[in-house]
Amino acid sequence: MNDTIVAISTALGEGAISIIRVSGEDAISIVNNIFKGKDLSKVASHTINYGHIIYKDEIIDEVLVSVMKAPKTYTKEDIIEINTHGSIAVVNKIMEILLLKGCRLAEPGEFTKRAFLNGRIDLTEAEGVMDLINSETELTRKMAVNEISGKVSKLITDLRDNIVALISNIEVNIDYPEYEDIEVVTINKIKTEVKYMKEKLLEILKLSEDGKVLKDGIKTVILGKPNVGKSSLLNALLEEDKAIVTDVKGTTRDIVEGNIIVGGVKLNLIDTAGIRESNDVVEKIGIEKSLNLIDEAELVLLVLDGSEELTEEDKFLLDKTKDKKRIVIMNKDDLESNNTYNKDVIKISAKAGIGIEKIKERIKELFNVGAFLSKNLTFFTNVRQITLLKSAIESLEEVEKGINEQMEIDMIEIDLKLVWEKLGDIIGANYTEELIDNLFSRFCLGK
Amino acid sequence: MKYDLIVVGAGHAGCEAALASARMGKQTLLITININNIADMPCNPSIGGSAKGIVVREIDALGGEMGRNADKTLLQIKMLNRSKGPAVRSLRSQADKVTYKKEMLKTLEATSNLTIKEAIVADLLVENKKIVGITTEDNETIYCKACILTTGTYLKADILVGDKRTPEGPHGEKRANFLSDNLVKLGFKLLRLKTGTPPRIERSSIDFSKLSREDGDDEELTFSFDDIAYYDYKNQVPCYLTYTNEKTHKIIMDNLSKSAMYGGFYEKLGTGPRYCPSIEDKVVRFKDKERHQLFLEPESLYYDDIYLQGFSTSMPHEVQEKMVHSLKGLEHAKILRYAYAIEYDAIDPLQLKPSLETKVVENLFTAGQINGTSGYEEAAGQGIIAGINAVLKLNNKEPLILSRSDAYIGVLIDDLVTKGTIEPYRLLTSRAEFRLLLRSDNADLRLSQKAYEVGLLSEERHNELLEKIKEINELEEEIKNVTFPQYKCNLSEYLKRPEVKIIDYTDKFSKKYDKEVLEQVEINHKYEGYINKAKKEAEKMIKLGKKQIPENIDYEKVDNLATEARQKLEKIRPRTIDQATRISGVNPSDIAILMVYLKRYYNE
Repeated sequence: MNDTIVAISTALGEGAISIIRVSGEDAISIVNNIFKGKDLSKVASHTINYGHIIYKDEIIDEVLVSVMKAPKTYTKEDIIEINTHGSIAVVNKIMEILLLKGCRLAEPGEFTKRAFLNGRIDLTEAEGVMDLINSETELTRKMAVNEISGKVSKLITDLRDNIVALISNIEVNIDYPEYEDIEVVTINKIKTEVKYMKEKLLEILKLSEDGKVLKDGIKTVILGKPNVGKSSLLNALLEEDKAIVTDVKGTTRDIVEGNIIVGGVKLNLIDTAGIRESNDVVEKIGIEKSLNLIDEAELVLLVLDGSEELTEEDKFLLDKTKDKKRIVIMNKDDLESNNTYNKDVIKISAKAGIGIEKIKERIKELFNVGAFLSKNLTFFTNVRQITLLKSAIESLEEVEKGINEQMEIDMIEIDLKLVWEKLGDIIGANYTEELIDNLFSRFCLGK
Repeated sequence: MKYDLIVVGAGHAGCEAALASARMGKQTLLITININNIADMPCNPSIGGSAKGIVVREIDALGGEMGRNADKTLLQIKMLNRSKGPAVRSLRSQADKVTYKKEMLKTLEATSNLTIKEAIVADLLVENKKIVGITTEDNETIYCKACILTTGTYLKADILVGDKRTPEGPHGEKRANFLSDNLVKLGFKLLRLKTGTPPRIERSSIDFSKLSREDGDDEELTFSFDDIAYYDYKNQVPCYLTYTNEKTHKIIMDNLSKSAMYGGFYEKLGTGPRYCPSIEDKVVRFKDKERHQLFLEPESLYYDDIYLQGFSTSMPHEVQEKMVHSLKGLEHAKILRYAYAIEYDAIDPLQLKPSLETKVVENLFTAGQINGTSGYEEAAGQGIIAGINAVLKLNNKEPLILSRSDAYIGVLIDDLVTKGTIEPYRLLTSRAEFRLLLRSDNADLRLSQKAYEVGLLSEERHNELLEKIKEINELEEEIKNVTFPQYKCNLSEYLKRPEVKIIDYTDKFSKKYDKEVLEQVEINHKYEGYINKAKKEAEKMIKLGKKQIPENIDYEKVDNLATEARQKLEKIRPRTIDQATRISGVNPSDIAILMVYLKRYYNE
């Protein structure tokens, strides 16, 4: 059987309470051993019990202990949750005792892994939970919840049902060629269906790609000539929103280089160091590198100087970024306006903190954030799913190609079947090597 | 008396099994209830059909008899799905029921190492879970080293007509009364299945002038790779087409309570096949359908029965009369034999290994309808494999197991032993995921080498195969040298265009190639992209097929398996991960868990 694992379920730090979760066959007996209060082995399932954690006759903390017996628990195993007072010292002490008493420290995601392996959740849901755990903003949290709710699976399942209906009709035509009373699937019917499916999938892909950008953070570059105010803009953005991203373990609150959250959206600033150290990106790194930056960026914040006319440098940057998602920002709005460039610019004063809100709004607009927050959109956010989605679209294009080349219907059907399978792979309906790889990589399975 | 191998039942499975065994050098005894009924076709007078036609080609490629025997007794033959791709084309023939039996008996009698005996087998002699012989209902004991049961629909068969249940086999034959009970005693789990057959009409009583005629194809076709046409394609026997109508449907609905299937005369009925429903089933289930198609097929040149395909029923005789007379062209038809439903015992095929040896008794094999299938071709396909594997087992050799990408027969057997069945199983093209690889035209290229290696295919046929492969390779080279400067390509690329046919360029080749060689090369190029895709998919399966599950695995020790998955795995005991993926109730996550366990298991 599985060993019993333990982990701190709340973020480590000074909070009102912290929760320590124990899961496994011996969860109840181990905790019961160090608990003074009711006999936990005898209390009803799904109850909360008041008492104390005692070790070597010493009271460690006053606690509430939730007892949840298998199988109706998150992992489908016996689970104990100890609500302690939030002090780091207390939590660490209790953890230490539990480890001494025979628990093993859980690996990242191991509770979810058990939920998955014990058949409580499917792969997409498991992926959703992993994303939820790792979500840093309200936005990504909503996205993850969307995955867990199975809405994504539902949509894919519906599309697969369409394909199956089409395929089985083709199959009947093949198996009963002499029966005239069965509707014969025509190339035109396939064309219509494929067109519909492709539109649907492309729509999801588009959303997914946006969603992925939002989840992973928008690769953002702040561009502008020397002394235009790039670093004050950065500071203003930081000043506006004190939420600073912490690393995954949740143990430190150091600024992770380059990651900031603006209006609930994560921006991964490229070459922040450049901005901070030299105040002078273009000059320091040269034209070529700045072109690379533009290439790489998913969002360009191009800063112009409102107090003077456009320079050659400004024009160069305006031209190079014209096909990107960009926000042109006219800084130094507090000074006398001398810049006549007025195509879709946001006027701000970084120093005075004026206009920053508008930038945030524009970012949300550009990446459709409102829709992601409010509507029930269906999309994927992890690379595995997006890759399969693209591959399914490719197979649909193969179907179209077959139709154009006047291939026989049962040949075209081969690609239709591939679409069906790839969509199945997305929701974990098929067993594939990739699935195993994914499991091993995400859930640290095996040794 | 002692034989190497005893085959019980001489239907399509039994004949192939006995022939394979005898041809591979084993002293073989074939036991039948009635020698005149060997290779009988108790239902439709047809060999082949969608997917089934490809099975017949595969049997032939393996060195079996069904294809050759059908060729010798053809009344009509056509290639189905001609307008579709090469993967789904399949031969279907009308065979003469009288000559089919006669020709098969001739072949059996001319085969050395093979003895035929009339008897009814009552029990199996088993020592230490191993078969050692059989006893007959006349209390005769015959010893053997291995045994193949191919009892068809004869185990405790009941004929159902209206409210009458008669304990007998197809058309009044004796049934086997004791064998299935004794199988239960040995530890087998049985299924009770049901199938049916339509009425036979006297030819001279039908007004064919009112019916539309269905002819065979206007070219010479054969099942066998021997490629000998025994018939004159310009002189084939036609079939005819008629339809049910409102009146027929009314008669059926009015008399539904008299049908054996709908009358509620029996507490429990065997499970019938969904794809081959009785006419009352069709009328009840598809109420809005105005008419159903019926084919009139000749049974033989030597008697007058016309088979009314699509009109199987278990109505009492007087209702059948009314139903038949309501049909166009059959207003004055005379019914020679009434339709009936038949119920019989079969064994749950999950008790079989992929070699078709039972897991319950060693050296005991089963094939055909006893394994829950329906159809002559499905039976024969299993028969030849059971025959081959029984001999290989006696010779201490590894069994011949065809994969799902090798043959339809592989698909059939894998489905049976992995998924089991609850209704009579029929092979359909849709059951084969790699059917572009499993074509009618390449059955020999897929299977004949394997058959040669196990010692069944003749030296002569093997030489022909090698010659064909050589020619294909030569032609592959030649087409690269036929160029089309105006399109900047050679023939191998030019063939990819839908309108280009290789037959139009034969004058450019150094010699005259056989039409089958031309066909292979054309298909290889025209469908290259699709064939490669199919191969790639098949490779995934083959890769998982290489991941063996140890025979002694203890599923109790595999943590985290879902309960249903654990039970199914324990029952079916798949040999490979690939097979495990196809078990219903075993989910991808269960497979993942199993893989993790096996990784650890093999590491230790």
